[in-house]
This record gives sequence, C-alpha cells and structure tokens, in this order.
Amino acid sequence: MMDILNALIILGNYIIIPALTYGSQLALGALGVTLIYGILRFSNFAHTELMAFGTTITIFLTWALQNAGVSIAPLPTALIALPFGILATVTLVLATDHLTFRHYRKVKAKPLTFMIVSIGLMFFIGGLVRLIIGSKDQIFSDGARFIFSARAFKKFTGFDEGLALKTSQGITIIITIIAVTALFAFLNRTRIGTAMRAYSDNENLALLSGINPERVVMITWMLTAVLATLAGVLYGLDKSFKPFIYMQLLLPIFASAIVGGLGSPLGAIAGGYLIAFSEVAITFAYKKFFGYLLPDALAPESLWQILNTEYKFAVSFVILVIVLLIRPQGIFKGKSI
Amino acid sequence: MIRVEHIHKSFGGVHAINDTSLEIATGSITGLVGANGAGKTTLFNVIAGHYAPDSGRVLLEGEDITGLPPHALFHKGILRTFQIAHEFSTLTVLDNLMVVPKHSGEGIFNAILQPPMVRAREREIKERAEDVLDFLQISHVADELAGNLSGGQKKLLELGRTMMAEPKIVFLDEVGAGVNRTLLRTIGDAILRLNQERGYTFCMIEHDMEFIARLCETVIVMAEGSFLAQGTAEEIQRNEAVIESYLGRGGKRKRH
Repeated sequence: MMDILNALIILGNYIIIPALTYGSQLALGALGVTLIYGILRFSNFAHTELMAFGTTITIFLTWALQNAGVSIAPLPTALIALPFGILATVTLVLATDHLTFRHYRKVKAKPLTFMIVSIGLMFFIGGLVRLIIGSKDQIFSDGARFIFSARAFKKFTGFDEGLALKTSQGITIIITIIAVTALFAFLNRTRIGTAMRAYSDNENLALLSGINPERVVMITWMLTAVLATLAGVLYGLDKSFKPFIYMQLLLPIFASAIVGGLGSPLGAIAGGYLIAFSEVAITFAYKKFFGYLLPDALAPESLWQILNTEYKFAVSFVILVIVLLIRPQGIFKGKSI
Repeated sequence: MIRVEHIHKSFGGVHAINDTSLEIATGSITGLVGANGAGKTTLFNVIAGHYAPDSGRVLLEGEDITGLPPHALFHKGILRTFQIAHEFSTLTVLDNLMVVPKHSGEGIFNAILQPPMVRAREREIKERAEDVLDFLQISHVADELAGNLSGGQKKLLELGRTMMAEPKIVFLDEVGAGVNRTLLRTIGDAILRLNQERGYTFCMIEHDMEFIARLCETVIVMAEGSFLAQGTAEEIQRNEAVIESYLGRGGKRKRH
C-alpha cells in the first residue's frame, strides 16, 4: 500500500504538477493564437514574440522595483510589474495592427498575406526584444521558492517520496484559472463578447447586422496581448527568460491551438494540457515509479524513459501530425469562437 | 423612396444588369419578379452594397448611397435577407437578435464595469428581442443555438433580425423559398403587420404569384437584366410581354 502511494506521489511530483503548470502556460498562449485565428482569420506567428516582449518589459520593471526595495514577499515582485508589461504589450499590438494589418484588412487581403505579415512582425519584435534585453538567460523570480517543499512534505507525511509545489507553479495555476474564467465571462456575458462571437461565426452577416469590425478587431488584439503577456511572464517565472526558448515555444503553442481546434477557446485549453501532459509523461524516466510498483525481482534496471528530454518538442509535433491526420478540425470543432 | 438609376453590372462578359432604372415607394411592399437569371438578386446585391455597380446610381431619399459597404447601409436603415437564411449558428436565437441594435456595452470599459446605464440598455434590448420572438411565434427556441433551427425557423429568425434593427427598408430575397404553406402564411402575416404597424418598406424577390398578389401593391418585372414592366399583381398577370417572358400562357407560374 505504502509503495503504491509512493509511486503516485512520484507521478504527482514529476508529472502532474509540472504538466499542469506547463499546460496552463501553453493554454494561455494557445488562447491568444486561437482568438486571432477565430476573429482575424490568420495564424499569428508573432505570438510567442509578443510573449517575449511582454516578459521583457515586465523584467525591466521588476528589476527597477527590486532596486527600489519594493517587495511583496513571499510573492514575486514581478506580479506588481505585470500589469505594466501588459499595458506595454497592448500598446505594441495596437500600434503594429494600425501600421500593418489594418492596411491589409482594407484591401481585403487573403489570410496567407496576413500570415506572412505576422512572420515579418515575428522577426521585428524578436529583434526588438534582443535589442532591449539581449539574448542571454535572465532570472527574475524572487520571493519564496516553495509553497511547500519536498522535504517539508516528507517530514509532514512520513512518505519516502516528496511532493513539492513551487510558488511559480501555484501562481501559474491560480492566474490561469482567473484569466480563463474572466475571458469566458467576457466572451459569453458581455455585448462586445457576443459581437466577437457573432463576427467569428459569420463575418458577412456581422457586417450586415451593423457590428463594427474595427472595434471587434481592436478588442481581440487587446485580449491577445493580455493573454500573451500572462503566458510569457508565468513561463519566465517558472523557468527562466531566454528569447530563443520563447521562440521555440511557438511549436507547442500552435500544436495546442490546432489540436484543440483552431478558433475554439475551450479547445486551446484542452490542447494546452494535452500537449503538456504528453510532453512531460513521454520524457519522464519511470524507473523509480515501477521500482515501487513491481516486485523486487522485476525491478527495472534501465531508465524506462520513452524519449529523451532533448526531444520533447518532437512530442508536440507528433501529436500535431496525428491529429491533423485523424481529426483535422481538432478535438473541439474549430473555425469560430 | 429608393431610386435606382441606369445601373449596369456585368461579370466577365455577362451583363447581369443592363441599364435598369426603377423606384420603390416609401411604405410600400414591392414585389420583384422575373425568370431565373433576370438579374433580381444581382440588383439586390448592388443596392445592399455587396457589389459596386459598373455605372449608375442608387439613391435613398435623394441621397447617393451607391457602393457604400453593408454595415454603412445598415446604419442608414437598409437591410437585406438571403435566399438561404443566414444566421450566427453558434449563438443562441436570443443572442442572434441581441447583437443587432447599437449598444453602449460594446465599449471595453462598459463591457467590464457594466455600469447601471449599460445594464438597463441590455435589459431593454432583451425585452425587445423577446417581443420580436413572440411576434414571430418562435419564443420556445429562444435559448436554442441558431444552427439547430429548421430552415423555416431560420427564415423567421432572419426576419426577426431585421426587426431588431428598426430598418427603413428591407430587401427580402425569396423569403418563401423552401418554406411550407403554413409557415409562408406566418411570414406573410408578419410582413404585412410590420408594414402596416411599423411602416417598414419591403422589396421582395418572389416566384409565388399568390404570395405576391396577397402582399404587394406594386410588382416590378425584370427580364434579361433590365426593367420590363410595373403594375399591380393583376395588371402584371395580364401584361402580354410579362406572360411571354416569365409567366407563360394561362397566367400560371412558369416551372423551372
């Protein structure tokens, strides 16, 4: 009995908690991608650079606050800086939309054109981020490291295995729950949210019903900027901030959005957790886990790891390919919010 | 009054509309008939802002509205429905109606803060939407997703959406197509009441002469992209040129 519980604690500590955290970050990122796809109807390749930009601004403000001696320990100082990071990102997306995408909406360009413009913006914003903060790793989390540590857990419960919950993991999960609830309330309970859903459902009819397309587009960008900054800062707090790593997140985030069904917010969330759990579960070494479960004679000698951690990005790619082959519209039917 | 002056519209080498001029009087119900390919729907699309004409003008109470986009025309009180009903399929029937009127809750701060003024307006719009559903006798499906409605109910919903906009003039494209007799009667009643009680002007493309005779004071006939004749339903049915090109001998509807 004790062995089974210990095995479950291993699962909890190394798979469930990390995957919930990573999944929340992917879900927030994928929600932004899916909103843009649902309303503006193109795949926004600049999305992870938006995440990096929001995080960059937040980091600078965090440093300034830390130097000024401001602290909300045990919570990380970055939480105070976060709203300003969001504000900066909102300004950036509205400016870039005004300068680039708006023109292509006017001439009724094809979605492909928008996508290519977004790739241009990806390089531009990526360059901007490296110009401001450089390409090196930056750590900006402070405050308490753990809500409860593995050692405290062991001492408290008497198990051999420990279960730890980092502050950044707790914050990620709580902020994700709040953000997602607020987003769905916004989309379903407010007039502009209904107008957004209507626009996404049937653009022509929305125009015939007097819905102002520019306003819908503006609010979509604002929501996207908020979600992107949240995703970026939470990921940075949990791991660290490095522009190159953020660029690489594009694959799992797009995979999440596509697997869930592009354009479906519920799908983006489901997709985020699906990708995260698969990545973590497939790259986890199950040696100790089965060591508890199997009789000693059968105890595994190798690592029992399906895939080396180095290849974790391949997991999202494989899932993406499988879903596109079997159910191209995604888990939830995509295309409109 | 809507006036169409010398409209030309061609697609490739095909003249869909060829020098058509006509008038639709304010407060009337006008029927627009003609064989398939006579240019009726194209004319609707030009008036409703989907296509700009190659030449010619569209005037609303003397104001030139040629080539304005659909949402601009919406704010001038010009609405249209489609031959195949359009709806926001992933929204509820009630929401389908409630997105139509102008609403202060569309601003982002109003949406988040929901001040009493916005909530009062929301309630007012909801009541109006419920009245419209009552009027059209589809209250029982208010919370259903519009995509799940039957074809006939979608037509009623489309009519409902135009009612929410409180338009001046509504263009109905074959509102009776694919609709059973009973429902057609309901739709006809609704159109008559909207015309008499609320003063909406209607212009409708129809093939069902009985339906047209019941509703329309004036009928305009188009043939091969241009205006052919105008008169009451009775006059039209006796008109030699119309019988030749559209109705066929015996005054019965031509089978296509």
